[in-house]
Amino acid sequence: MSDLADLSVGGAAAGLRAGEFTAVELLEAVHRRAAVTEAELHAYLTIDRDGAARAAVAADSALRAADDPGPLLGIPVALKDNMVTRGVETTCSSKILSGYRPPYDGTAVSRLRAGGAVIFGKTNLDEFAMGSSTENSAYGPTRNPWDPERVPGGSSGGSAAAVAAGSAMIAYGSDTGGSIRQPAALCGIVGVKPTYGLVSRYGLIAFASSLDQIGPLTRTVEDAVAALEVVGGHDPADSTSYPGSFPDMRSGLEAGVSGLRIGVVAELNGAGIDPAVQAAVDETVAGLERAGATVVPVSLPSVAYALSAYYLIAPAECSANLARFDGVRYGLRRHGETVEEMMSTTRGEGFGPEVTRRILLGTYALSAGYYDAFYGQAQRVRTLIIQDFADAYEQADVLVSPTSPTTAFPLGARTEDPLSMYLSDVCTIPSNMSGDPAISVPVGVDENGLPVGFQIMAPALGEPVMMRVAAEVERQAGFTARARLATSEVG
Amino acid sequence: MTWETVIGIETHVELTTASKMFCGCPVDFGAPPNTNVCPVCLGLPGALPVVNGRAVEYAMTIGLALNCSIAPHSVFARKNYFYPDMPKNYQISQYDEPLCVAGHLDVDTDGEVARIGITRVHMEEDTGKSTHVGDGGRIQAASHSLLDFNRAGVPLMEIVSEPDLRSPEQARAFVAELRGVILRLGVSDAKLEEGSMRFDANVSLRPSGSTEFGTKVEVKNMNSLRSLQRALEHEVERQQALLDAGEPVVQETRHWNEDAGTTSGMRSKEEAFDYRYFPEPDLVPVEVDDAWRERVAGALPELPAQARARYASAGLDPVAADLVSRDPAAGTIFEEATAAGADAQTVANWLTGEVTALLRRQDLSLEQSGVTGAGLAELAEMVDDGRLSASAAKEVLAGVVAGEGNPESIAAERDLIQVSDVSALEPVVEEVLAANPDAVAKLHEGDGKVIGFLIGQVMRATGGKADPAAVTAILRGKSA
Amino acid sequence: MPVEIDIAKVARLARLSLTDEQLERYRVQCEVVLEHAARVQALPTEGVAPTSHPLPRTNVFREDEVAECLDREEVLAAAPDRDGDYFLVPRILDE
Ligand SMILES: [Zn+2]
Repeated sequence: MSDLADLSVGGAAAGLRAGEFTAVELLEAVHRRAAVTEAELHAYLTIDRDGAARAAVAADSALRAADDPGPLLGIPVALKDNMVTRGVETTCSSKILSGYRPPYDGTAVSRLRAGGAVIFGKTNLDEFAMGSSTENSAYGPTRNPWDPERVPGGSSGGSAAAVAAGSAMIAYGSDTGGSIRQPAALCGIVGVKPTYGLVSRYGLIAFASSLDQIGPLTRTVEDAVAALEVVGGHDPADSTSYPGSFPDMRSGLEAGVSGLRIGVVAELNGAGIDPAVQAAVDETVAGLERAGATVVPVSLPSVAYALSAYYLIAPAECSANLARFDGVRYGLRRHGETVEEMMSTTRGEGFGPEVTRRILLGTYALSAGYYDAFYGQAQRVRTLIIQDFADAYEQADVLVSPTSPTTAFPLGARTEDPLSMYLSDVCTIPSNMSGDPAISVPVGVDENGLPVGFQIMAPALGEPVMMRVAAEVERQAGFTARARLATSEVG
Repeated sequence: MTWETVIGIETHVELTTASKMFCGCPVDFGAPPNTNVCPVCLGLPGALPVVNGRAVEYAMTIGLALNCSIAPHSVFARKNYFYPDMPKNYQISQYDEPLCVAGHLDVDTDGEVARIGITRVHMEEDTGKSTHVGDGGRIQAASHSLLDFNRAGVPLMEIVSEPDLRSPEQARAFVAELRGVILRLGVSDAKLEEGSMRFDANVSLRPSGSTEFGTKVEVKNMNSLRSLQRALEHEVERQQALLDAGEPVVQETRHWNEDAGTTSGMRSKEEAFDYRYFPEPDLVPVEVDDAWRERVAGALPELPAQARARYASAGLDPVAADLVSRDPAAGTIFEEATAAGADAQTVANWLTGEVTALLRRQDLSLEQSGVTGAGLAELAEMVDDGRLSASAAKEVLAGVVAGEGNPESIAAERDLIQVSDVSALEPVVEEVLAANPDAVAKLHEGDGKVIGFLIGQVMRATGGKADPAAVTAILRGKSA
Repeated sequence: MPVEIDIAKVARLARLSLTDEQLERYRVQCEVVLEHAARVQALPTEGVAPTSHPLPRTNVFREDEVAECLDREEVLAAAPDRDGDYFLVPRILDE
C-alpha cells in the first residue's frame, strides 16, 4: 500500500505506533487525497484545517509520550454535519443553519477528541438527514466515487463517499431509516447502525428521536468495531442511552459462522429487489452456508407495513424536532413585522423541499382528529414489527437481506417522486423501527461495476454475533474493488 | 332566572429545586439575563433533556398532599406550539398519562367546608421571559421584544381543579389553601406577585339546579388573591348580564386588567389549541412502585388542615389559625413563641395584627423581618408584666424589624419601660395630690371623672413612663 | 384510502410561510405519501400497545445538582439579533 490515505484504521494505528509515519503525515495524505477528490465528489461541507492540524500534532506528542488513548489516536475522521462540533460550523446541509457555530461538542465528538482522533471535516448530507441520495443538500449534492454521475446514497452520503474515496479514514453518520447502511452499500464500504441507545444521541441534531442512531462508516468490519468502541457506551446526558456494559464485538471476529442460524427474510429478498443485487446476496448466503452456518427462511409479516409506519412516525417526530429553528436564537432569520411573521418566513425560506414536506406530513399526522388513525396506528404497527422480529430471532441468530434494493442510481432519477426515493429504504427501515442493530457489508458489484451491500440484522445488543457474521461475509466476499475516484493522482 | 357560578382553577407552581427540570442550570431568579442557560434549556440543536429526580419527588409530594393517586406509569409528552420565549417551540409536559390524578382539597369558607376535586397534577417546564419594548411595555403597541431564557426549563407543576368551586370567594379560599399546602411542603416559595405561583380560572354560569355546564371563559393574569376574587366577581357579573339579556357567552380567553378592574377578550386563534401532543421520545416513562410512593407519603409534613385543627383545639380563633397553619414562617414563629411560654392567642393576635400590618407597610416577608418566636414571646411577656404599654410595644416591634436588637434592649435603648412599681410611684402620686387640692376634694366627693385628670398629671410628672394601671390603683386606694 | 389535506392550515400550524403554488405542490405530494402511509390502517391492531421507545426503559433521572452554564457572550454571538444581554425579536403580536 503506497498511499497512507488508503490504510485501514488497524494498519494506520500499527504504523503510527511503529514510528513508520506520524499523525501529521497521515493527515497530509488525507489532505492530498481530498484536494483531488473534492472537486468532483463534494463529500465535505467544511474541512477544519486548523483543528485537524492541532489534533494531529497533539496525537504525535501523545504517541511520543506513549500516552495511548486507543485505536483512533491520530486517525483522520469525518463527521456528518448533523453532529454538533464546538466552534466548527454545523449546518445539517440546511440554509437555516448557515454559519452556525455551536457552543458545545456532542458526546460522540467529545469521546473522539478524548480518543485522540483527528477530526478532519464535516460531511454533506441530505438536509437534516432526510433523504436517500444526498441530493437534498442546500449546498449541492455529493457524488458517488464509483461513478460521479450517480448518487452516493444518503443521507450520510458525504461520509460514505469520503471513506470510499480515501478523503477520510473512517467517518460517522446517523441512521434513522437506513442513512448509514444504504450509502455504505452504494459506496462499497461497511456501515453500521448500532442498537438504539448504544451510542449517545447527545449532540446529534435530531431528525426522528426514537429512530436516530449514530454509527460508523468504514472500509473494514474491524475498523467499524474500533470506531464504535470509541464513541459508544452509556451517557447520562441521553436518557435513552443503554446503561449496561458495552458489548464485546471484537473477540468473535475470527470465530466464523459454524453453527449459527442465518435467517433469510422472505419479505426483504426477491420481489422488488434488483436481480443483480439479489444474485450477490444469494451468493453471500450460500457462502455462509458453506462456512458451516444453517440457512433458514424466516418471515416478518408486519414488515410490509414498516415503510408506511415509518413515514408517519419519522415526520411526526421531525415536525417537533425542527420547530426550534425559528430565527430567534441562532441560524437564519428572515424579516417579519411581527415575530410570528419572522418565524414563518424564516422557516418557509430556510428549509428545503424535502424537509418542508416532512414537517407538513408530520404536523398533519399529529393534528387533532388524525392522531389516532395515523401516528397512533403507526406506533401500534411498530409494536407488531418488534414482535415479528422477536419471533424471527427464535429461529435465527441473525437475519439477512440486501441493504438497498438497487445499486447507486443516477443523480436526479428519484428527486421528482418522493415515494420512489422513500422505497430506497425498504430493507433498512425495519431495524430502525425495532431499535435493533444492522450492518451493511460490501459483497460484490453489479453489471455496471457498482457495489452491492449485504445487510445483517441482529437482535438488540446482538452486535457481537452481527460483527462475527459480518467478518465472515467480508472474508468470503474478498471485496477488494476500489472506487474509481479513490486516488490521489491528479487527472 | 338565578344562575349558579361554576369555577375551575388551573394553578402553576415553580419548584424550588437547585437545578432546572431537564438540565443542570441553577433555578435562581435574581441572575443577570441569559446567564442560567445551557444547550438543553436554550433548545440548541442536538441537546437532550434528562429529568431532575427531585422534581419528580416534589411533584409526588404535591400529589399526595392533595390526596391524589400516584400513577404507577406516567409519561412526558411534547406540547407543540410556537412562542418565541419557548426555546424548542414545544413544551415538555404531561398529557394523557400524568403523574398524579383524582385528588381533592377541602376548603373552608366561613365555616362551610367544601371538597374541591383535583383533576390532576403534572410536571412540565417553564418558558423564558419576554419584555416588550417601544411603548411602555404594552404588548400590542411594542416595536420589539427582548428575551431572557433564565426561567426557561424551571420545573413547573400544573395543578388542575375540577369545576367544583361555586363562588369567587370560594375560589380565593381554594387558592389560599392550596398555597398553604405548597408552602408547608416547602417545594416552592409560591410568590404570587413574582409569578412563582400563577393561576388561571375557568368561569361559567348555569341556571340554578342545572347539572349541565354553561359556556366557559378562561380568565388570566391575576397576580394576587385579591385580584383573583375581583376578576372572578367581574367576570361572573359580565356573564350574568349577557345571559339575563338573552345573549350568548362566547368561549374565549379574557385578560384581567388590574388597574381598570375589567377583563378584555384576547385575539382568538382558531388553531391555537391544536397542540399535537405526542409522547416525548427523548425521555422514558416514570414508574412509581408502592415502596417509593410510601416513602414519599411517609415524609409528608403536617398540612394546613391538620395544623389548623390542632390550633383550633388549642383555642385559637379561625383567622389566626388560618395564618399560622398556611404560612410556615408564621407557623414556626408561633410554635417557638408558645413553646417559650407565651399565650397562644396573644402571639396569634400579634402575628395577624401588628406584625402583618408592619410587614405590609414595609413590603417585607416574615422571613426577612427578623421577627422570631423568642422575640415575640419576650414582647408579649413585657406587655403582660406591665413593663410596656401597647403603643410602646408596637414601637419595640418596629425596632426589632429595623434590626435594632431584642425587645428588652430596644425598650431600654428607647427608654420605653413603664414604671409600675408602687413604691416608686407612691411619692409621685403624693406630690401630685399635694399640688392639686381642688381635685383631691372632688375625688373625695366621689367625682370619678377627676381621676383621669390626676392620672394625666402623674404621667406628665413621670415623663409618660408610669404604668397607668398601677397609678389608677394607687389613686383608688387614696380616694377610698 | 384517499387522503385530503387542508395544506394551508397545516402550514400555518407548522409556521411555514409558503406561496400558493408551493402549497399546491406539497398538498399533492403529501397526499400521495399519506395514501401510502394510510396502509397502516389496514393492519388489525386491536389490543396492541403503541411503541414510542424502541428499547423499554423507565425512571432515568439525574441528581438535582447544578452544572456549568454556557458563557453568555458565546450564546448571544449566535443570535441573529440582540440588544445588550437579551435576544431581540420583532414585536410579539399576542400572548
Ligand atoms: Zn440549562
